[in-house]
Amino acid sequence: MESILHKEYTVVQDDYVNAGKVSSDIKSTLAEIGISPKVIRKIAVASYESEINLIIHAWGGKVFMDVNDDGSVALVFKDPGPGIPDLEKALTPGWSTASEKARGMGFGAGMGLPNIQRVSDEFNIESSPAGTTLSLLFRSPV
Amino acid sequence: MTIKELIEKTGWKLATPTLDTSAEIVGAYCGDLLSWVMGNGEPQQAWITVQVHANVIAVALLREFSCIIVADGANVTEEFAAKAAAEELVVLESGLPVFESAKKLVELGI
Repeated sequence: MESILHKEYTVVQDDYVNAGKVSSDIKSTLAEIGISPKVIRKIAVASYESEINLIIHAWGGKVFMDVNDDGSVALVFKDPGPGIPDLEKALTPGWSTASEKARGMGFGAGMGLPNIQRVSDEFNIESSPAGTTLSLLFRSPV
Repeated sequence: MTIKELIEKTGWKLATPTLDTSAEIVGAYCGDLLSWVMGNGEPQQAWITVQVHANVIAVALLREFSCIIVADGANVTEEFAAKAAAEELVVLESGLPVFESAKKLVELGI
């Protein structure tokens, strides 16, 4: 499996105004190269939730997208901290540590990571105080 | 039913008058928690919400909703309407509570 298209983005902590821009670019890029709308919709859910996590929970971070030669799409979200103290709780639907500010805008439902996990074909998350890396893979239907 | 027909039948205010309203509405989703909307909404639905800020526009576009229906008289600012228009997202204001707005859609067969 080899990458045929690679893109990188930077997401800034607390930048609610630009939230969704990265996901929107990922979505339009994948549409342009002909990834199926059904797969794109799943990717849009996962990328938006992950982008929001970088904004409201992490100290910002980087997003890496690769389209592979087998039609699968890999997304990696990497942040510099502060890490998720209890991953099991973070993956529990309804559990949230979002701030009042974020909740006031309708974030913090505790459905972010569960949503991401549900729509991804492969889901891997590693977290320590030095940062969190979320790796996702979406396969294209044959 | 198209957005245009919905406006004709309800008299709801179109906050983005420069946009085309010929898109079809297929069902609706009610909710204000963005992750629930993101996780459960479907393309072409009308989204009934009281949230009015830039992230609502992002979610609506990513979820491919046909339009947003702002309920309960939540304040649609000029800035919000302008941003939605720039992103080609139709915004309506029902002036009714969420339940009454949804009921109206059901009555009209959406």
